[in-house]
Amino acid sequence: MSNVPPTLILDIGLMAMLVVVAFSVVRLRSLFAIVMLQGVYSLLSAAWFVSLDAVDVAFTEAAVGAGISTVLMLGAMLLTEREAKPVPLQKQLGSLFIVTVTGMALFYAIGDMPAFGDAHSAANAYLGTDYIAATKTDIILPNVVTAVLASYRGFDTFGETVVIFMAGLGIVLLLGLNGHAGKWRAQPKGQDVSNSRGDKS
Amino acid sequence: MSPHVILRVVSKLLIPLIALFALYVQFHGDFGPGGGFQAGVIFASAIILYALIFGLDEAKRAIPPSWVRIGMSTGVIIYGGTGVATWLLGGEFLNYTFFAPDSTHAAGQHWGIFAVELGVLCTVASAMVAIFYAFGSRTTELTDEDW
Repeated sequence: MSNVPPTLILDIGLMAMLVVVAFSVVRLRSLFAIVMLQGVYSLLSAAWFVSLDAVDVAFTEAAVGAGISTVLMLGAMLLTEREAKPVPLQKQLGSLFIVTVTGMALFYAIGDMPAFGDAHSAANAYLGTDYIAATKTDIILPNVVTAVLASYRGFDTFGETVVIFMAGLGIVLLLGLNGHAGKWRAQPKGQDVSNSRGDKS
Repeated sequence: MSPHVILRVVSKLLIPLIALFALYVQFHGDFGPGGGFQAGVIFASAIILYALIFGLDEAKRAIPPSWVRIGMSTGVIIYGGTGVATWLLGGEFLNYTFFAPDSTHAAGQHWGIFAVELGVLCTVASAMVAIFYAFGSRTTELTDEDW
């Protein structure tokens, strides 16, 4: 028992808590509790990412998953019901089938995954080592992640920025920033044209 | 007098710290974990926390929706403009070395990454606040009993 690494115990504990939270989300009916538990789920995964040394990912998960998406889900919940309607058992069979098949496929794929921290896995060999070696002379930054994101993969990050811009733009165009969307009426020369759909009624 | 005195006092202390931490994550991203995206989200969460505690109207007085709209597009323009600037200096799109071609410690790369991350911060923070404003504006103000 003494030679078990403490991080492994921590990992297993966090994974167990994730499973418990996931099952409570499935079982619960109150949407408010579900949204809050989803925030808890994100926070637990952020803690797990820290224990896996993925601090950048943990950062993002804590800020986006536990912070902003919880608030957005709450805002969406306020526009609908507070309680989820119970789904009859026959309708759950199809989803159960899909979930079981996907789960079995994922377990089948575990055999092909490289071991954690394997230096010869595809992600750690080839291009990854090239970037780590070249950053020392090309960019001279201590953080290789920033060097890859902003310089070597600058095009990708530009695309991601534009995607986020498009998401914001779409929301602004659809909903409006002040909640007035859909109430505006075009009235050229004082005529109400917004309601006419070709007919003269 | 609002009943949430503790929430108000604590968040008043926390919000400047969260915003400051966002700036730390932004400008320390070259040396530690972090960068424009994370900093933008953290900055947006500071504004969203302010809106949750003090109300959406107060938040819109502090950060007007027009700023959010302008900020969203400014970020993309900064990022794209960095690429165009490297074009004009004779290099490829987003090849930052041309900002300081003679530098021995890759100063051009550092300037380019700084500008690009600033653009990401602008767009991400504004887009997150925009989404929150858009959804928040559609719900009427709630009393504590409505929960």
